[in-house]
Amino acid sequence: MSGHSEEEVKKQVTLYIRVFFALMCLTVITVAISYLHMPILWAVAVALFIACIKGSLVAAFFMHLSTEKKIILAILLLAAIFFFVLLSFPSWHLA
Amino acid sequence: MSAEIHYISEPHPVSGITNSKLGVWLFLASEVMLFGGLFSAYIMLRTGVPDWPRGHELLNVPLATLNTIILITSSVTMVLAWASLELKNIFKFRLYMTITILLSFCFLVVKSFEYAHKFEMHHFPSTSNFYAIYFVLTGLHGLHVIGGIIVNTYLLLPGSKMWKTNPEQFTGRVEAAGLYWHFVDLVWIFLFPALYLL
Repeated sequence: MSGHSEEEVKKQVTLYIRVFFALMCLTVITVAISYLHMPILWAVAVALFIACIKGSLVAAFFMHLSTEKKIILAILLLAAIFFFVLLSFPSWHLA
Repeated sequence: MSAEIHYISEPHPVSGITNSKLGVWLFLASEVMLFGGLFSAYIMLRTGVPDWPRGHELLNVPLATLNTIILITSSVTMVLAWASLELKNIFKFRLYMTITILLSFCFLVVKSFEYAHKFEMHHFPSTSNFYAIYFVLTGLHGLHVIGGIIVNTYLLLPGSKMWKTNPEQFTGRVEAAGLYWHFVDLVWIFLFPALYLL
């Protein structure tokens, strides 16, 4: 990300501030929804959905993944595949 | 033979990115596996029993919410510290980096209050599976916060001398430290609802 013009960086700074407010709003929403005491399956689905949005915002903008080279996405995809394989191992054992 | 490491500031012709950035991302991928393994353990422990306590019944949600706000804010100040270097403003870099480090300490102080309360109530990792996974996950995350403080303090104090000799490489270092710090934030974004709210 280095070597950007001053104007580009200033635009990014504005974007970071917007992402910050979005993350704050989503945090408030997550906590507020938890006080509704929904059935566990709904609570997990909603909490995970919001956490995924927040995580994507951090990864895409703060970690610059939205503009990064494909090689980094490939590394992360590989890690994600291994993660899901790891997660599914106990299920295979149970089956 | 030269011992110099190449492609630190300019992209490698094959990968298209600097070697340092590639290294940090590979490290973060291994971190995904570390936390992923523990998250898997949490899911298996939780789904393996008929009854599992809801996090908000045992843990302090307001304190954890405060810590979430602190960590997200520190993530923003970290990225602003890097942006300040891109704008060639070392003064603002120092300001934002100092705020980031102070917020990191705030996170640990809040966490220590939380732990102290648990120990007062005689709740230890050996008390139950819930507390075992709670202490392991939050403890490991806390160790990562400490690691971030050490790296960021180095970059703020002795490491910042490099700004005068090689500003591009120094900016790259701050970006790499930032990637790590945002990852620590990202882990907490999932830990918070998983442990405290569900």
